[in-house]
Amino acid sequence: MKLIFEKSVKGRRGPAVVRSDVPTSIHLDKRFLRAKDAELPELSELDTVRHFTELSRRNYGVDTNFYPLGSCTMKYNPKFAEVVASYYGFSNLHPLLPQLRMGGSLTQGALQVLHDTDLLLREITGMAAFTMQPMAGAHGELTGIMMIAAYHRAKGNKKTTLIIPDSAHGTNPASAAIAGYEVKTVPSNAEGVMDVDALRAAVDEETAGIMLTCPNTLGLFNPHVQEICDVIHEVDGLTYYDGANLNAILGKVRPGDIGFDIVHINLHKTFATPHGGGGPGAGPVGVVEKLVPFLPVSVVVKRDDGTYALEYDREQSIGYVAPFYGNFAIVLRAYAYILMLGREGLIRVAENAVLNANYIKEKLKGAFDLPHERVCKHECVFSAARQNGQDVHAIDVAKALIDAGFHPPTVYFPSIVKEAMMIEPTETESKETMDAFIEAMLDIAKRAETEPGSIKAAPVSTPVGRLDETAAARNVDVACLG
Amino acid sequence: MPFIANTAEQRQAMLSEIGCYMADLFGDIPEAMRCKSFDLPGGMTEQAVCGHLRDLASKNSTQLTSFLGGGFYDHFIPAAVNALTGRSEFYTAYTPYQPETSQGTLQAIFEYQSMICRLVEMEVANASLYDGGTALYEAMMMALRITGRNKIVIDDTVNPIYRKMIHSYTRNLKIDLCETKNDGGMINRAAILKAMDDKTGAVILQNPNFFGCIDDFTDIAAAAHEKGVLLIVSCYPLALGILKTPGAMDADIVTGEGQSMGLPLSFGGPYLGFMATRRKYVRKMPGRVVGQTTDTQGRRGFVLTLQAREQHIRREKATSNICSNEGLCALAALVYSCLLGKQGFKEIAQCCADKASYAFKRLIAIPGVRPHFPAKWFFNEFVLDLPCDATDVIGKLIEKGIAAGFPLSRYYPGMKNSMLIAVTEKRSKQEIGMLAETLESVL
Repeated sequence: MKLIFEKSVKGRRGPAVVRSDVPTSIHLDKRFLRAKDAELPELSELDTVRHFTELSRRNYGVDTNFYPLGSCTMKYNPKFAEVVASYYGFSNLHPLLPQLRMGGSLTQGALQVLHDTDLLLREITGMAAFTMQPMAGAHGELTGIMMIAAYHRAKGNKKTTLIIPDSAHGTNPASAAIAGYEVKTVPSNAEGVMDVDALRAAVDEETAGIMLTCPNTLGLFNPHVQEICDVIHEVDGLTYYDGANLNAILGKVRPGDIGFDIVHINLHKTFATPHGGGGPGAGPVGVVEKLVPFLPVSVVVKRDDGTYALEYDREQSIGYVAPFYGNFAIVLRAYAYILMLGREGLIRVAENAVLNANYIKEKLKGAFDLPHERVCKHECVFSAARQNGQDVHAIDVAKALIDAGFHPPTVYFPSIVKEAMMIEPTETESKETMDAFIEAMLDIAKRAETEPGSIKAAPVSTPVGRLDETAAARNVDVACLG
Repeated sequence: MPFIANTAEQRQAMLSEIGCYMADLFGDIPEAMRCKSFDLPGGMTEQAVCGHLRDLASKNSTQLTSFLGGGFYDHFIPAAVNALTGRSEFYTAYTPYQPETSQGTLQAIFEYQSMICRLVEMEVANASLYDGGTALYEAMMMALRITGRNKIVIDDTVNPIYRKMIHSYTRNLKIDLCETKNDGGMINRAAILKAMDDKTGAVILQNPNFFGCIDDFTDIAAAAHEKGVLLIVSCYPLALGILKTPGAMDADIVTGEGQSMGLPLSFGGPYLGFMATRRKYVRKMPGRVVGQTTDTQGRRGFVLTLQAREQHIRREKATSNICSNEGLCALAALVYSCLLGKQGFKEIAQCCADKASYAFKRLIAIPGVRPHFPAKWFFNEFVLDLPCDATDVIGKLIEKGIAAGFPLSRYYPGMKNSMLIAVTEKRSKQEIGMLAETLESVL
C-alpha cells in the first residue's frame, strides 16, 4: 500500500478550514521564516479519508477480533465512555483556566471529576490519596519512585537500591534506573512467585523499597506478599504495587490492606479506556498517609463550601510530573466506567476475568506445557517448548493464530518462562469466543506434530506476511523524507 | 452485569469443566489478605451516567472567549480528524507487537514520524512521547547519554511548566541545571555562551519562546557544537507552517507539544509529545520507533524496530522507561496535517500570526496598555503590560466572558502587571474587538 506522501498531487486541497478576517497581514522578518514549505501531502479530504480508512482495515482491534494479549488487559471498551469524553464542557476546557482568578469557578465540573475519581480509586485500592497526573503506567512508576526518594530524603535515609523480581515488567527496572536507583533482581521460586528467603538475603540497610506486581506476570498471586511487605518495612523501605494486573483482584484484595505504600493503576487496562494503538493511557498513583505530603502538585481539594480548588503550595511535594492534571480525558472515561459498573460490577469483572483465564488454562493444558499448574488469576502462561521438537516456536503459534482470526497472546514474556505464551482473555469475552480460540490452539498443537510447515508459513491471511525485523534494525528506515 | 457476556449457566458450565467453585479460583488468597472494605456505590445505567457527566460538563465554562495559550492552544479541528481516529480498528488496538495484524497502526506511525521530520526538518523521529514537557526531559536525558556530560543550560524563556517538570525529574540525579535569564524577552546570548562549558551536555531553548517572541538559534547551535554541546529546541509545531525550523538552525534534538495539531484542549490531556533528531543519534533516542522493511515475498511492510534500546528488552539499561505512548494522538496529528496539507498548514500559521498582530495593535492603542518587551517579532502570542495588577484585570474580564490571557506573575514574580495573550485562527476580528473594548472598560 502506498504511503500518504506518495498519493500527493501538486495543487490539490483539503477542506477549507479558515480564512483571515483581519484587515492586515504581517510580514515577519525573513530570517525567522522557513526557507521552503513543509513537504506535507496535498490531498482532497476524500483522499485522506480513504487512506486512513484503508489503513484501519489492516488492523486487529478488540472491536474486530479476540485480543488475548497477556498483561495488556484488552477488554471491550464501552462506547458511552468515548461519548462522555467528547462532551464540549470537558473537551474544550483550557487547562490554565483554574489558575486564573475567578477561573476556578468555571472548571468545577472537571475538578469534581478528578476529586471523585480519587475517592473511588482510594476505596478500590485501600490507599489514602491519589494523584491523577501520571500519563501512563510507566510514568506512574517513575512518579512513585520519585516519592520513594523524597520520603527517604526527608527522613535522612541513605538508600541506593530497589528490589525487583525477575518476573517484573521491563518498565519496573527501567523506571528505577532513570530515577537514580540501582536495581537488585530477586528470582522467582518453583511456585513462580518471589521467594521470601531470597528476598531476605537481598534486603539490607540500603534497600529503598520493592516493586511488585501481584498477581505477577505469570498470572499468579503470591500468598506471601504480606510477609514480603513486612521484610521491606523492617528496614524502612517502601513497597510499590504495580497495578498493571489489578483487573484480577477488584473487590478481592486491596493493595493498601496488605501493606503496600504506593500503587499505580493503568486506567486504560482495568477501567476500560481504549488502548489507542499504543496510548494514550493514564497511570494514577495512590499512596498511604505518610506519603501524602510528597504527592506531585497540583492536588485537588474540596473546600468546606463544597467547591473544588487546586493546591500548589505543598512544601514536601516532589513537584510537577505533568504539565497539568494528567490525561484528563482518560481519567474521565475511567470515572464514567466505574460509576456504571459500581461495586457489584467491579467484583464481577475480577471474577469473570479469572474464570475465563482458568477455563482457557484448563482446556489447553493437555496440548501445551503449563509451567505452573495451579489456579491462575487474570492470565495463564503456557510454553511452546513441547512444540520445539518440530521446530515450531511460540512465534509460530502466534502467527498461526492470526490466520485463525485471533490476535496472538503476548509471546516470549515473561522471560523466565521459555517460549512463553501469555494469554489474558479478560472478563468481556464470551464462552463461544473462547471455545473458538481454544479450538484453534488445539488445532495448531496438532498441526505442529503433523504438518509443522503450515504453521511456519503463517500468516497467509494478512496484507503482509512475516516481516524481516533484522533488516529493519540493520538498515534503519524510520521516515520518508521526500 | 454490563459488559460481561457469559450467562450464569455458561459460568457454571465453565466451572464444571475446571472442576471447582468460583470461590476456589480465589482460594490462593489467604483469608487475612482479603478486602477489608469495598464500599462503592451501586451501578448506574448508561443514561444516568451520561446525564450525571453532562451535568458536570455544564458546570465548566463553554461560553468563554479564550485568549489563553502558554503552549496550549485553541485551534480548530476539522471533523475528519475525529471521524478517522474514531475508527475503532485504530483505537481498540494496542501497541503493534504483531506486525501482520497491525499494519494500519504501523504505517500510520511511520507516516507520522515522516510528517514530524518534514515539519521540523530533521532526519528521524520517534512514535511519540507523553507530552511536550516529558519530551523535553527525555531529550535532556538523551543528550547527557550522547555526550557523557552532566550539566544542562536551560533558558528561562522555555515554558516554566516544563522547567518545573525538569526540576522534579532531575532532583535525585547528579545533574547540574543552570538556568539563564532572558534579556528583554529574548535569550541572553552572552549569558548562554558563558554558561556552556566542557561539562555541558546540552543547551535547551524554545521557539517561539514562552513570551511568544521568535528567534533564530543558528549562532547558538554553532557555538554549542564548538564546545561539544548539543542544542535542544522545543517548538510549537503549527508555527512551523511559516517559521524557520529547528533543523535549519542546526539543532540536534527537537521536541514539542503536538496538541496544536488536531487535539482538543481536554483540560490538560491527553496531549502529544514529539521528538526528532539526527540520524546518527537514532539508537540513543527513547521511545518506540517504526521502521520500514519487507515481508517474505518482498512486499513493503512496517515493524517496531530498534527495540534493543527499550525497557522490555534492556530493563534497567534501557534508554527510557517509556512503553506505550500517545499513539492515537499521533494519528490525530498526522490526519490533521494531511487534511490541511502543504498549503493549508502554511495558511493557518500565517492566519494566527496575522490575527495576533492585529490584536496586538488594537490592544496597545488602549491608554495605559504597552508591550512589555522591546522585542518586535512574535508569532501568535505576546506580552502586554497593564497599568495595574494583571491578575485582577483578568479576573474582571472572566466575569465578562473573556479569558483575556495569562498573568505572568504566576511564573515570573517580577511581572506583576504583565499578561500573555494568545490569538489563534479561531478568534474572529469581532472577538478581538470585544477583548479590546472590554479591557479598556475595566482599566
